[in-house]
Amino acid sequence: MAIAKTLPNVSRRTFLVGTMNTGLVMSLGTVLPGCSQEQAALDFSGGDASATFSPTVWFEIDGAGAVLVNIAKAEMGQHVGTALARVVADELGADWDAISIKHVDTDPKWGYMVTGGSWSVHTTWQQLCQAGAAGRTVLRDAGANLLGVSPDDCTVADSTVTAGDQSITFAEIVRNGDLSRSFTDEALAALPIKPASERRFIGKDTAALDIPEKSRGAAVYGLDTELPGMVYATPLIPPTRYGSRIIGIDDTAARDIPGYLKTVEITDPSDTIQGWAVAVGESFPAVMKAAEAIEINWEAGETAGVSEADILDEGARLAADGSTGVLVVDDGDVAEARAQAASTHNATYRTATALHFTLEPQNALVEFNDGKCHIHAGNQWQSLILPVLAKALEMPETDIVLHQYYLGGGFGRRLFGDQMIPAALAARELGQPVKLVFQRPDDSRFDCVRSASVQQFDASFDADGALTGIEHAAAAGWPTLSMAPAFLAPGVDGNGKFDTFSISGGDHWYTLPAHRVRAINNPLAQRTFLPGWLRAVGPGWVGWGVESFMDELAERAGEDPIEFRLARLDSTGKNAGTSPNSVGGASRLANVLKDVRERSGWGRDMPENEGLGVAVCHGQERNMPTWVACVAHVAVDPNSKQVTVKKLWQSIDCGTVVHPDGALAQAEGAALWGVSLTLHEGSAFVDGQVRDRNLDTYTPLRMADVPELDIRFMASTETPTGLGEPPLIPVPPAIGNAIYAATGIRARDLPIRI
Amino acid sequence: MTEFTLNGKAVQSESPNDTPLLWVIRDELKLKGTKFGCGIAQCGACTVHIDGAPIRSCSVPVSIAAGKAITTIEGLDSPAGEALKAAWVDNQVPQCGYCQSGQIMQAENLLANNPNPTDEDIITHMTGNLCRCMAYTRIKQAIRAASEEV
Repeated sequence: MAIAKTLPNVSRRTFLVGTMNTGLVMSLGTVLPGCSQEQAALDFSGGDASATFSPTVWFEIDGAGAVLVNIAKAEMGQHVGTALARVVADELGADWDAISIKHVDTDPKWGYMVTGGSWSVHTTWQQLCQAGAAGRTVLRDAGANLLGVSPDDCTVADSTVTAGDQSITFAEIVRNGDLSRSFTDEALAALPIKPASERRFIGKDTAALDIPEKSRGAAVYGLDTELPGMVYATPLIPPTRYGSRIIGIDDTAARDIPGYLKTVEITDPSDTIQGWAVAVGESFPAVMKAAEAIEINWEAGETAGVSEADILDEGARLAADGSTGVLVVDDGDVAEARAQAASTHNATYRTATALHFTLEPQNALVEFNDGKCHIHAGNQWQSLILPVLAKALEMPETDIVLHQYYLGGGFGRRLFGDQMIPAALAARELGQPVKLVFQRPDDSRFDCVRSASVQQFDASFDADGALTGIEHAAAAGWPTLSMAPAFLAPGVDGNGKFDTFSISGGDHWYTLPAHRVRAINNPLAQRTFLPGWLRAVGPGWVGWGVESFMDELAERAGEDPIEFRLARLDSTGKNAGTSPNSVGGASRLANVLKDVRERSGWGRDMPENEGLGVAVCHGQERNMPTWVACVAHVAVDPNSKQVTVKKLWQSIDCGTVVHPDGALAQAEGAALWGVSLTLHEGSAFVDGQVRDRNLDTYTPLRMADVPELDIRFMASTETPTGLGEPPLIPVPPAIGNAIYAATGIRARDLPIRI
Repeated sequence: MTEFTLNGKAVQSESPNDTPLLWVIRDELKLKGTKFGCGIAQCGACTVHIDGAPIRSCSVPVSIAAGKAITTIEGLDSPAGEALKAAWVDNQVPQCGYCQSGQIMQAENLLANNPNPTDEDIITHMTGNLCRCMAYTRIKQAIRAASEEV
């Protein structure tokens, strides 16, 4: 599975225009009051903008030496703009204080726009290094020319080209130099990239650029945007995600509410939004009240009676049926191992429906202006929703512009901008800007939840008790099938297609005598709701089964769980790794496992009712491995069986770390998400919709239950892989395995209730 | 009509008396630093001060502000407030940042009444504020750091 590699056109835009622009730095587009991103542009053009050097679309330098780095990735807490700007600035030889960033709106020139999969640094690393190197080369050569020296005698650092005792700044070069130069793709690829030993920013601590405004209430999120003449709207959501139909709307009771205007029924040609209406008014409080008063008579879709148990039962039935699913791994002869087995060991692992619950509720502000549709909302996957919007609005994609803001949480929910559709359709019908805001229970009902899942593991052993094969079947709703079917991958035997995002992690780095993995779509889940990508996605629940079952096998073998794993992380055959992404292969996973073993004091005597558990993962994708090992220390109350996570240790190897403190923050957050999904979060479908819709019953981790964290990144100069999600993956099984060590109780369902 | 002071300035709201204070602050008086999260006073993103005490502005009517002093993140200039905002940057606390105005408003009230809180005091006072990015470790660390500055 090479998901990152299959993203279309990721590097298509690494061209150089090689021109010297004059005049304004850039067009400012729609300026919203107080919008930080626009402010960055204003600050930037506030310098001497009479000359501008913009060798690639990714950055521009003005005549005052200010460097603006364009960020096409969504900022949702990962400080991605800081990390990407550090890469550019390092290669460019810029003064970090001269750098500012701008999170850009949709424009074809940015190429494919997606922020997810822990891909941002990994997939842009090469092109941003090259962009910076191209800028450095042109500035050095032009600077050398102005100084009357050979470029070979020049060094570039701190936005200054220096030759001996002479020097010239980027600002002077941009104002006076000849920067006309173009590079072919080949020439660009051949530019020398700095060796790790010469880097000044990558791997060095810095303050994140987005943090100051987030620390004084000044950061602007989608919810904060306004336009003159706008009205407010809130959705009236039908009893099922699909197939519900409005028979009648009675808003008599709402008409007495001051500020209520009308109810608009939504007809969506893209069929994404089915059976909706929105209440429209002059204020959000007015539409909240109106939504309560409006009576809608729906004919409910066919899934109106579906429960969580129905979905799990269907998953279990499919997983147990060996003829179902698509083959993802088929190494050795599992069937033969099974036929010859002297004994077997089987287990079923399940996870419950889980919500994204981004703290900023879904919202969108839409205006039609100059024949274009302008949508203001934070979004993670612009290139996914634009074609859907085009279909819904029956407009060309090029006439739809998504304006980006800070995201009040992404976690995968904002990969699908489906909330934009009803806002846009209502705005067009009303002929005025519409600000659609979800109330929290509606946000939950309309969430693309993490599907409930069922995994079955069947291990075979020979007469000596040695493991001879494992069959692994995993059934769930598949996000990619509904939202991005072009990304489905073919089975390894050529039969069928599967959602890599719903099985990744099953293709692990343990060497096994025989191993077969089947990915199974659960059609009842697929019909009942829109399955979503939730932080850590497939590995976030697949790893729960894989690493808990590893512990079961270690125990059956009478071996220490870490020794049992190390014996299979031998870096042979397909697990040897390949350049550049997985150099070293499974040996790097063994390294982090040994490191966390030592740091956690693994093997020591534990007090009664306490235990240590271990788990590992390779991150989001086999071809982009982030090697993580985790040890959890838990205490279990012998009477109430209440589980307390006392401490988590993690050792992480994600190759080169660009922004160390930002990386640590991501790891802290992801690890605690792991705790939350293990012990605190979980919902269920009842009558076709999620049961838990607000914080009265959906209860993510709070400060009182936060364990001590001890996280270490391994020093590395290898290719950077991903980081925002992988540290989540090993936490649930590490906790489950620790509970077993403390109590002898084997938890097989998430969230854990023992 | 409701008259009150907002960040030290006299203001009036034309909204109906039962309008949640949050929406008066955000949409009528245009201060967007206070956030909407759950709508049922369970997440703390909408926390503001009324005469110095934290309240969940999503769940109280504007009428209770009559004659009172409302403070939001934009107007939080007490010594503890300034120390907290600086500590939030020093400790690189925010991730998505959406909950952080509410976290700071809640924390200011702790330091205003208890300049030397223990970890337990911090946890007890802050555990009603949800951080969906789960930046809790740094929130706690920053409050402790701010308490040493005040």
